[in-house]
Amino acid sequence: MLKLPIYLDHNATTPMDPRVLEAMLPYFVENFGNAASRNHSFGWQAEEAVDYAREQIAQLIGADPKEIIITSGATEGDNLGIKGVFEMYASKGNHIITCTTEHKAVLDTCKHLEKLGAEVTYLEVQPDGLIDLKQLEAAMRPTTILVAIMYANNEIGVIQPVKEISAIAKKHGALFFTDAVQAVGKIPVDVNADGIDIMAFTAHKMYGPKGVGALYVRRKNPRVKVTAQMDGGGHERGMRSGTLNVPGIVGFGKACEVARLDMAADTERISKLRDKLENALTQIEESYVNGNPAHRLPHVSNISFKYVEGEGLMMGFNKDIALSSGSACTSASLEPSYVLKALGLGDDLAHSSLRFGLGRNTTEEQIDFTIKAVTETVLKLREMSPLWEMFKDGVDIDAIQWAHH
Amino acid sequence: MAYSDKVIDHYSNPKNVGTLDKASTSVGTGLVGAPECGDVMRLQIEVDQATGLITDAKFKTFGCGSAIASSSLATEWLKGKTIDEAVKIDNMDLVEELNLPPVKIHCSVLAEDAIKAAINDFRSKNGLEELVFEQSHV
Repeated sequence: MLKLPIYLDHNATTPMDPRVLEAMLPYFVENFGNAASRNHSFGWQAEEAVDYAREQIAQLIGADPKEIIITSGATEGDNLGIKGVFEMYASKGNHIITCTTEHKAVLDTCKHLEKLGAEVTYLEVQPDGLIDLKQLEAAMRPTTILVAIMYANNEIGVIQPVKEISAIAKKHGALFFTDAVQAVGKIPVDVNADGIDIMAFTAHKMYGPKGVGALYVRRKNPRVKVTAQMDGGGHERGMRSGTLNVPGIVGFGKACEVARLDMAADTERISKLRDKLENALTQIEESYVNGNPAHRLPHVSNISFKYVEGEGLMMGFNKDIALSSGSACTSASLEPSYVLKALGLGDDLAHSSLRFGLGRNTTEEQIDFTIKAVTETVLKLREMSPLWEMFKDGVDIDAIQWAHH
Repeated sequence: MAYSDKVIDHYSNPKNVGTLDKASTSVGTGLVGAPECGDVMRLQIEVDQATGLITDAKFKTFGCGSAIASSSLATEWLKGKTIDEAVKIDNMDLVEELNLPPVKIHCSVLAEDAIKAAINDFRSKNGLEELVFEQSHV
């Protein structure tokens, strides 16, 4: 029996893996110690648990455990990584390069730094969502201290050419930061092979608990330091003070271990289901996949169904299927997804998009149900759509003078 | 955000979806909104030219559930009204009937605008002066 509702919003968050929960349970009531308590067994036990988890986290990304700075999540990681570099390397320069499709945690951090004297270049992306390496090269200046480009995009799943990006940054003496929230645990990420200096990621996107994440900060070639953004007890090598969230960290460690061991099998299974879904839904007339299909996360598909509006579309099945739309009909601004707009999609296509985010628990039965429900709703709403009628009558919709509200 | 039962009902069973002959002098067509804004409504009325009574109303809408529900409800209200009565339909009546939340009030405004645009289209086709309306409640 198919159990409803179906969850296809794994880019927003993931359910916790039962193996993760099991690992965490002893650290709430019995082993509750503060990992910074150096003088008794409660503290030692907590510290040991954290050290083990730190190894599990480091192993997933090919890092040394000492290079893992625990945070509350990726928003904090993005803030600490970017602001921390800006402060620490102020004497070297004030120029940061990022791109327009970054998460708000990166974009808004950069905007904040602009008020404090930073110069920020926001690279445009190409229509497939990838940045143009020649543009990056051209944007480098002697004062460039940081290149901040995400590993994989949260809305369309495209994977940026991080090796090439880090090589360009290195050549010009800048550090490379990446928000890898969507990539870590889903695809192989290796900080050394990829040339990453600083990297933010989080547990809850990879079947771990919410409220815990990590910032990878390179210790060798080069040795990187970030200025703490929170003052206090000097935890995490002085870069992030605050009592450690021991059960959360234990869960994060376990989630990393499970991801490392299951990644290959998960990817093979999930990408097949994603392809099945995408192939079926692109059979619908006037439907388009957003983002470069060859450089993309295995579990994401973002599709625009022209002439129907995303939120109206979701309403047709959101009792049974949970997913996201690039439409922002609910927001006061009425602005659709800035990521899709950055690809050069018209607002109408951006309003018409759905993001399917598959996960570890997604089944073929769920995908079959989704294909049917989405197809039926698209066809039904097109019968109701004046734009579809105009398209079918050969009216040039772009030539109409629309009254903007 | 949860939708009200009435919005869900109009979305699931929309009333009066369709197209009237826009070339006919007894039909008034209102096309409002813009694809870039995520809402386009086309509302049409068929008017008995002798009595001024609206004998039929149809809509097609590109938009969210609230936009679809607002236009569906508007067509229901229009049928059987005279043009003079239809002019008085206020967007806040739609908001109240459908329990639209504040972020969805613009959907009702669009429906009111569509009604007025359809009436004016009918008037201008029949040699009558177009009415000038005040701004609706936003």
